[in-house]
Amino acid sequence: MSDSWRQPRRLLMAALGALTVFYLLAPTLVIVPMSFTEARILSFPPEGFSLQWYQRMLTDRQWSTGIANSFQVAVLTAVVATVLGTLASLGISRGRFPGRSAVNALALSPLIVPVVVIAIGMFGLFVQWKIAGSLLGLVLAHSALALPFVIVNVSTSLQTMDRNLELAAANLGADPRQSFFHVTLPIILPGVAAGAIFSFITSWDEVVVAIFMTSTRFRTLPVEMWEQVRQVVDPTVAAVSTTLLVVTTALLLLLVVVRRQAPAQ
Amino acid sequence: MTATDRPSEATVPERAGTGVDRPALALRDLRKTFGSAVAVDGIHLDVRRGEFLTLLGPSGSGKTTTLRMVAGFMAPTSGSIEIDGSDMTRVPPYRRDVGMVFQNYALFPHMTAADNVAFPLRMRRRPSAEIKKRVAEALELVKLGGYGDRYPRQLSGGQQQRIALARAVVFEPRLLLMDEPLGALDRKLRESLQLEIIRVSRELGATVLYVTHDQEEALVMSDRIAIFSAGRIEQLGSGEDLYDRPASLFVADFIGESNILRGRYETDGGDGGWMTRDDGRWRVGRAAAGRAELASGTAAALVVRPERIRIVDGGAGADGLNVVDATVDEVLYLGPDTKYQLALPNGQRMSVREPREANGRELQRGDQVRLGWAVEDGLLVSDPAST
Amino acid sequence: MATADEARRRPWPSLVGARPRFNRWSALALPAIVFLIVVFLIPLAARALRSVPDPPGAGLSNYEQFFAQRAYVNVLTNTFWIALLATLACLVIGYPYAYLMTVVPGRLAGLLLIAVLLPFWSSLLVRTFAWQVLLRDTGVINRFLLDLGLISEPLTLIRTTGGVIIGMSHILLPFMVLPMYAVMRRIDPEYGRAAANLGASPVSAFTRIFVPLSLPGVLAGSLLVFVLALGFYITPALLGGLKDQMISQLIVQQIQQRLDWGFGTAMSVLLVGITLAFLFAASRAVRLRDVFGSGLGED
Repeated sequence: MSDSWRQPRRLLMAALGALTVFYLLAPTLVIVPMSFTEARILSFPPEGFSLQWYQRMLTDRQWSTGIANSFQVAVLTAVVATVLGTLASLGISRGRFPGRSAVNALALSPLIVPVVVIAIGMFGLFVQWKIAGSLLGLVLAHSALALPFVIVNVSTSLQTMDRNLELAAANLGADPRQSFFHVTLPIILPGVAAGAIFSFITSWDEVVVAIFMTSTRFRTLPVEMWEQVRQVVDPTVAAVSTTLLVVTTALLLLLVVVRRQAPAQ
Repeated sequence: MTATDRPSEATVPERAGTGVDRPALALRDLRKTFGSAVAVDGIHLDVRRGEFLTLLGPSGSGKTTTLRMVAGFMAPTSGSIEIDGSDMTRVPPYRRDVGMVFQNYALFPHMTAADNVAFPLRMRRRPSAEIKKRVAEALELVKLGGYGDRYPRQLSGGQQQRIALARAVVFEPRLLLMDEPLGALDRKLRESLQLEIIRVSRELGATVLYVTHDQEEALVMSDRIAIFSAGRIEQLGSGEDLYDRPASLFVADFIGESNILRGRYETDGGDGGWMTRDDGRWRVGRAAAGRAELASGTAAALVVRPERIRIVDGGAGADGLNVVDATVDEVLYLGPDTKYQLALPNGQRMSVREPREANGRELQRGDQVRLGWAVEDGLLVSDPAST
Repeated sequence: MATADEARRRPWPSLVGARPRFNRWSALALPAIVFLIVVFLIPLAARALRSVPDPPGAGLSNYEQFFAQRAYVNVLTNTFWIALLATLACLVIGYPYAYLMTVVPGRLAGLLLIAVLLPFWSSLLVRTFAWQVLLRDTGVINRFLLDLGLISEPLTLIRTTGGVIIGMSHILLPFMVLPMYAVMRRIDPEYGRAAANLGASPVSAFTRIFVPLSLPGVLAGSLLVFVLALGFYITPALLGGLKDQMISQLIVQQIQQRLDWGFGTAMSVLLVGITLAFLFAASRAVRLRDVFGSGLGED
């Protein structure tokens, strides 16, 4: 099909597109080969090949506990945010109550308020509650940040779902509970899974709130990296960066698989 | 209804300076394939100046693809498109000077109705005074004079359709294309807009190529109809031609309702012939036999329209009447007419349509009757399915 | 005035009565509401309230202090300026890209989308760190140019406004592309055909039909990028110089280094106020759901 605005300057467009893809991906990917360098400083192109910086990352106490802490926080955040967010999506899109749009705005507001402001706001009160600098405090904070992603994803699934399926289930003798677990939940499950994955990633990569909410005793990987990046940078930071990227990318691929498996609607 | 029922209003003389005998649009051996799928398979068609020609066929038969090639939205795989005698096959759409009404109108949502209508004139850099005047005239033509300031979303479906028509004709295109323009409207509105489109195209003396899958619409509006099937033109002719003299079983089946009696055709010395099969033998009239030109012994079908069949009293058929016995299955009251669904002894379904109580009695389910039709009402076509 | 449409939308199962004020589904929203109020809203509100009496008896002096000091006002102006430049950079790079996504075949469009979504979801800190490695005096870009002999001395790329803009627009680009793409892909290609049919050349069809119809996406993307850029902290801190300080950095500095909570909070309130004001203005032009929904959800 020749649409009139598709015709001209194809080559220019292709070049611009390729350049933009390069701009989007290359700067980040440059880190990956640098993490395998034999040299003691970050350099590009990297010299030789060695896994020493990964070894260092895994043996160094600060880095390795950072990885463990980050993982723990991200998993717990995904659980809390997914449960709360899925319930909230059902409540918001199916429910009828005064102030529904205000609730919707509240649910999405962690996306809008600058993260520094969230960090200092939470920090003040969390100190009083004595949960600042602890696992619990950070999980609660990250869950608030991740909640909007779950709500957006699950709500979309709920809105695209055909409500007649539930009426059909009722007509076929399913009570509301059965209809929910046998019809609704399986259909929105890909959205729920997407929400869980986005929650995990949100927490896994989050740094600003974590800077305030962690302490020297309890640090996540991005915070550890933040501390290092501002001082002397050795290639371990590149290895840490690569680790962060690999986990995120793997989860995004998982998401693609989940979407593929989703029943066509 | 046939094409002759068109409301005749002022007829505009043909545009000056154009040859009368040269077709307004000529398609020559037009083909379009998508990979191995053949969408349009060698279309040959002349559209006469001032003619309203409809491409009619089921979806996927290639009619819309043909229209889009004429508009220039797709390049044909092979073949040529001539408009007013000049080859347009490779000319981009914006230099073809062909008006088009799109299926969903494609009115630009960010422009008012008047701006939409002015668009083709602005593209042609006409002076603004002329644009203003012609837009006003075009809006008057479609009876939406006061609606120029409205945006498309503020107009009803029927009004949007009229604006789309005004936009397509305001620049006096050499050819007007319409792609199922009434498909999105309800029945009542569709019928009134059919008359409206006929009126406008008559007033302008426009040459129209119209695409629809609605046979009634085609019969009402067109001078000629091209029946499409599987990328080819199955038959080209007036509505009357197609209904009374279908050239193939497909056309007979597609246009109107038909009873189809399949069997073997045998000539009997030039004066007509017979359709025979296990459960009957029917006379084929001379005219029908002459048109079909079938060799004796070929598989064929006898087509009889439901309104041509009568329920006759028992006993042998009179001279010049073919008869067959049947059982009443269903009696449907359609207001002025009554429609009977019947079954032949071999299980084949027949349908008969009679003016209400034509035979003075009430038939019921299960009644045994005899059906009869005049020999000249049986149409003979070859039966490709059984050869 | 319950229309048929409303009746169809009525949640099921519902309590008796034609229009219940509450139904059973509503209760499911409660845990999340309580959670957000306790963990998010109360801490932020409590913090905001304390911007006035902290230190005791301060009144509005924290706010007066901000606007009285030229250096602070400069940071605010600078924040707007950097956000604006980053928005423009994203627009210039993002518009052709989003357009390209709508015109290429589906499979390629999917790849282009992945190229946007991958960085969208990868760590902001990692990406900023990458830019640091690229831009610094001994960094990849300078090394490359030196090796080629194009320059004899390293260019100053890092700790400049330019460096901040490059890094920020790289991180914010997906937020520009996704809303624009969401709008552009909904533009019916039939409009383009109609324009061509009516005599518009490809360029006219693009400027008179496609561009105006894509404006809601441009507006949504620009406002989103601008608003997010206002709150940036990590990127200007790592890539910018002293004069490129943004308001988030000032806030953290006041609180972490000077422990001046009252003043830091006052600036936070200011930042949130400005953000919300822009979003309010935006909400009159675009559906915010469109803005925040794209890329986060189905696609």
